[in-house]
Amino acid sequence: MTKTIITVLGKDTVGIIARVCTYLADNKVNILDITQTITGGYFNMMMVTDASACEKKLADLSDELTALGEEMGLSIRCMQEDIFSAMHRI
Amino acid sequence: MVNFQEATETIRMITQENLDVRTITMGISLLDCIDSDLNRLCENIYNKITTTAKDLVKVGTEIEKEYGIPIVNKRISVTPAALVGGSACKTPEDFVCIAKTLDRAAKATGVNFLGGYSALVSKGMTAADELLIRSIPQALAETDFVCSSINVGSTKSGIDMDAVRLLGEVIVDTAKRTADQDSLGCAKLVVFCNAPDDNPFMAGAFHGVTEADAIINVGVSGPGVVKTALEEVRGQGFEVLCETIKKTAFKVTRVGQLVAQEASRRLGVPFGIIDLSLAPTPAIGDSVADILCEIGVDEAGAPGTTAALALLNDQVKKGGVMASSYVGGLSGAFIPVSEDAGMISAARSGALTIEKLEAMTCVCSVGLDMIAIPGDTKPSTISGIIADEMAIGMVNQKTTAVRLIPVIGKSVGDTAVFGGLLGEAPIMPVNQVSCERFVSRKGRIPAPIHSFKN
Repeated sequence: MTKTIITVLGKDTVGIIARVCTYLADNKVNILDITQTITGGYFNMMMVTDASACEKKLADLSDELTALGEEMGLSIRCMQEDIFSAMHRI
Repeated sequence: MVNFQEATETIRMITQENLDVRTITMGISLLDCIDSDLNRLCENIYNKITTTAKDLVKVGTEIEKEYGIPIVNKRISVTPAALVGGSACKTPEDFVCIAKTLDRAAKATGVNFLGGYSALVSKGMTAADELLIRSIPQALAETDFVCSSINVGSTKSGIDMDAVRLLGEVIVDTAKRTADQDSLGCAKLVVFCNAPDDNPFMAGAFHGVTEADAIINVGVSGPGVVKTALEEVRGQGFEVLCETIKKTAFKVTRVGQLVAQEASRRLGVPFGIIDLSLAPTPAIGDSVADILCEIGVDEAGAPGTTAALALLNDQVKKGGVMASSYVGGLSGAFIPVSEDAGMISAARSGALTIEKLEAMTCVCSVGLDMIAIPGDTKPSTISGIIADEMAIGMVNQKTTAVRLIPVIGKSVGDTAVFGGLLGEAPIMPVNQVSCERFVSRKGRIPAPIHSFKN
């Protein structure tokens, strides 16, 4: 399973989760876990997802999510989980 | 599973503190390209490089996107050209043909630099070595992406002073031929003592003859990450300071290791080494000098700077070595002047001098790097500076290097602008007392007594 971490950061507004999740559903990306906080009006969300059923290449998925974020005035990053586990786990 | 804080920390390092993988460098052996016919040799070289590295940039970009970590440079290093061209090249112009072939191959593969227009002459020069060295000014002026390095000394064999003398002239000639670009040619030429075979960083990268046919070496970076981590422990003792650097270096290097393994797997080329480095860029917040200031000196060059750098260099290695299965290359903190905003400002204010930089090179990973000096500096003075730096490397059993840029038409007070990652540099004053009689002696400096270990 290719686990990817999707993070969304930016000013809180109506429908952030809805739009991101719709995009993920359309691309057959399964959401395994969501953590989310709002501090000082800023929305900060981390999703652990399984993209193994996604037909797109991960690099393209990442590009499209970045573009979706720009459209909504948010910073969306899609990164393979390995980079986090490499850095924080021995 | 990764938690929210850890994910936030990693993303902050990348987005705000300039964490990146500085370079994926593919080393390619050209020994099997050797031919006595120059045209056939050039064709073999072009074919080998463009075949072996055809997917390097594509794979690098894919990894960058999938892992969300910038990989700033994708580069190639090749077997020293003096060895490859020895039987085909009879004149310096013949070697320039090889340089142009390397340049074409670099452009075809999409990399931004190719290193290995090199000669290893620590004990003496062959006819081919000397022809290559004499061809450097023309080769660097007529190519865009080719980098040259000459190893003129080692702890095992001493210093070839004939090569050091010749290189003083070659550096000035290279400067003259690229005078319209602030003598940029010299930024692509490094003189080494104890040059490593597996260095992924330019301009000094070449693929040593002890290496396999092709290999992936990765250079990590992250001065901004270390600086930010140290801001959290201001005023604390050396133990906390050192632990913080080590932990940060560990995290940075783990990312490099992951990228290296992934690149190696996807390209089907064995993983060589990780170069554990703090490599600055001229961007604000990406400076090694700023780390020294955070450790406690007001500007790089102040008393205490050498000790602070020694500590930093050592902790980066201690933290990084645990994070990677193989380490090599130059490994340590780089202190190029023009590529580091903090160093540039310290040089401009007069806090940092060439003499202090020379002391700093005794404890850091490379040497006198990207230093702009007056364009009218005599070749013998440049050779004298090279000889001093080589002696430090030879006696201390470490790599040292010199990348000086005599900027034609400029003098102390002016600024040379190289652009991009190469940055800009104030022209630094050079000691004008002559060393002509020393440099004009023929032959080589013998290896030091501690080289006899057998």
